[in-house]
Amino acid sequence: MNIVVCVKQVPDTETERKLRSDDKTINRDADGVINELCEYAVEDALRLKEAHGGEVTVLTMGPDKASDTIRKALAMGADKAVHLVDDALHGSDALGTSYALAQVLKKIGFDLVVLGSESTDARTGVLAAMLAERLGVPQLTFAKKIQVTDKGTIGIERVTDYGYDRVEATLPAVVSVVEKADASEKPRYPKFKDIMAAKKKPVEKLGIADADIDPAQIGLAASWSEVVDFDVAPPRAAGTIVRDEGDGGVKIAEFLASKKFV
Amino acid sequence: MSEILVLVEHVEGQVKKVTLELLTLARKLGTPSAVWAGAGYSPEAKARLTEHGAEKIYVADSAEIADHLVAPKAELLAQLVAEKSPAAVLVAATAEAKEVAGRLAIKTDSGVLTDAVGIQDGLVAEQSIFGGGVNVRSRVTKGTPIIAVRPNSTPVEAAAGAGTEEQVSVTLSDAARSARIVERVKEEKGARPELTEAAIVVSGGRGVGSPEKFAVIEELADTLGAAVGASRAVTDAGWYPHEFQVGQTGKTVSPQLYLAAGISGAIQHRAGMQTAKTIVAIDKRDDAPIFDFVDFGVVGDLHTVVPQLIDEIKKRK
Repeated sequence: MNIVVCVKQVPDTETERKLRSDDKTINRDADGVINELCEYAVEDALRLKEAHGGEVTVLTMGPDKASDTIRKALAMGADKAVHLVDDALHGSDALGTSYALAQVLKKIGFDLVVLGSESTDARTGVLAAMLAERLGVPQLTFAKKIQVTDKGTIGIERVTDYGYDRVEATLPAVVSVVEKADASEKPRYPKFKDIMAAKKKPVEKLGIADADIDPAQIGLAASWSEVVDFDVAPPRAAGTIVRDEGDGGVKIAEFLASKKFV
Repeated sequence: MSEILVLVEHVEGQVKKVTLELLTLARKLGTPSAVWAGAGYSPEAKARLTEHGAEKIYVADSAEIADHLVAPKAELLAQLVAEKSPAAVLVAATAEAKEVAGRLAIKTDSGVLTDAVGIQDGLVAEQSIFGGGVNVRSRVTKGTPIIAVRPNSTPVEAAAGAGTEEQVSVTLSDAARSARIVERVKEEKGARPELTEAAIVVSGGRGVGSPEKFAVIEELADTLGAAVGASRAVTDAGWYPHEFQVGQTGKTVSPQLYLAAGISGAIQHRAGMQTAKTIVAIDKRDDAPIFDFVDFGVVGDLHTVVPQLIDEIKKRK
């Protein structure tokens, strides 16, 4: 099975994340890390490969420094990587990004595309659905469990507000995954020898011309939406903090009453 | 006034509150038309949509839509966008409706904005990003603006609309039927409101101490008619089911009141609840980061403070 995992480098959530003042895009000069849910996507892809054979390819779109994120995924055990890197891609919104990634996926081929269900920077949660739409293949998203059969069918448990839905389709398909609560399903941690081995794995760099990407569909200028303006949220007005002197519960009740919650 | 399409969220034939919020918002932007996609349309649903301002109700009461994942709803909306040329399409910022919005955006070559907490004149969406650290105002520049709005961000106001029904027949493509829902498994217990929709959320963290002691969080939630949430530390430890996790890798909630007990307020948690209107916290540590952004905080043991709070609320009822 030919599995492609899309991964994204995002600003570290432990640092102060910013928008650029010039073009109002996310400042990616800050410390970049692999998006957490992408690690789960890599883990799920590796498990599917272990069960069914085949190959895991990492695909990322991002600036040169996103190569750190590629190395991380390769160290976890992915076989090879494709890095879509081109200045023209800067500022692409979800529509532009999904278009560019879909063009690469059509070029490199896949049985299954695996993504994290959301990134910690833009948090739109729409990319997997958009990719399925653009590629014309089934969408199986927000999966907590994935099962592939040898007959080429795929089933997932999709997390919902009330529990989960079982969703089925035939391959090829696009899957997005959520965090797994079970410690035995957490993303694997690469050992030193895996990190060294990752340095020898092939990484193919593609520009937009290599993937037949129309420049009119990508980048800030072609974006389907724009940031009008933004401001750093003022810290929430300092609230009242009291020490429990045996009446902490009463004090909260009084506060809730003053706000008409009780 | 120009037409605004509102995708109705419904479960077992009941219209969800977020849809009433969207209709309230849509009335300020144009003329609201509700779009019913899926099975279970009823006179009660019609009445609720009409009472909250739906001038028209497009009804596609079809099991085929409900039995497949996301894509058919996008196809239905795309058909309506082509026929009616609305000024905008509003959906709830739930996982599923955002995916519908994403697919609709591609089908109609339109921009999409997600997680809006308000919409200003000119269809400018207000968004709160980076865990509440940055406020952004954005607008769609191509096609029909598609905006996903967070539950609880607009107070519901009733105002009767005409509620004129129009049946919509939709012929689904093979592609839209490619992912089939074969079973729906309900896990949520009791009559508590859904986490992402609840007006009040009571969350417990590591400070609760053990899975058994989580009962006090549930009791407080039930006293307030609230949903229960949990921090990642709690769901990772297996003290509470994972689907109740609030945070960066869990659910995002935007309630009127968020009450955190035994949660220190690390960025992981903050990212999922910072847009709550009012935040109250109880934690033992006076240097817990959550006290930097609460409206009201008590430094103390939640196991003495919460039971007293429960008693006090009951007394006031």
